[in-house]
Amino acid sequence: MKIRYFAWLRQRTGVAEEEIALPEGVRTVGELARWLGERHPRFGEALAAPGVVRFAVNQEYVEADAPVGPEDEVAFFPPVTGG
Amino acid sequence: MIRVQSDPFDPARELASFCAGRSDVGGIAVFIGRVRAQDGGTRILAMTLEHYPGMTERKLEEIEAEARRRWPLHDCLVVHRYGRMQPGEPIVLVATAADHRRDAIEAMNFLIDWLKTRAPFWKLEETPEGARWVEARASDDAAAARWERAAAEPA
Repeated sequence: MKIRYFAWLRQRTGVAEEEIALPEGVRTVGELARWLGERHPRFGEALAAPGVVRFAVNQEYVEADAPVGPEDEVAFFPPVTGG
Repeated sequence: MIRVQSDPFDPARELASFCAGRSDVGGIAVFIGRVRAQDGGTRILAMTLEHYPGMTERKLEEIEAEARRRWPLHDCLVVHRYGRMQPGEPIVLVATAADHRRDAIEAMNFLIDWLKTRAPFWKLEETPEGARWVEARASDDAAAARWERAAAEPA
């Protein structure tokens, strides 16, 4: 599956995107985020603050309890600030 | 119509081509968002817009479709840039065309309010003290939320 990070979360992980195999036991985007937080501790720190990290699965906004599968594109980013 | 691009654009030229040949339209509303040279007391040297290619275009298309569903628009244009920009450069242009001013102005307001809270863009400001990511504002969420209430009312 493809994982993408944007804005200062990208700076915290040091990668814009990475390919990983769906980790065993991970069913939701929230569980995936916690797993990735172990891999990128500074991303993990950001997850600790509520509402700071937003999620998209296959380019649709979702909540932490949304399911994820092995072929999904999952993105993590702070609240948007365009316009 | 939605355009997401790194190239600069000329708002006057965009508006001229948006209006061209539209003798059927009675009201056109336009918003141009630009890079400011200062924020509070801090000087802004440049601004970089990051976006999520693919999702950004999709979200903007959804927002345009919602505007066209809510208001009788003849046309609608959103141009949004990404990449690095200087103070004074336009970031975004929203234009709407309708029979009457009220529909055009309301739809334009709606588009910019929803765009600010739903389209995946992130602003990085360069200041004399270094670069900083712009934080989302609660006032933008409140501005977008007033259209949620409007959605609950019958059309």
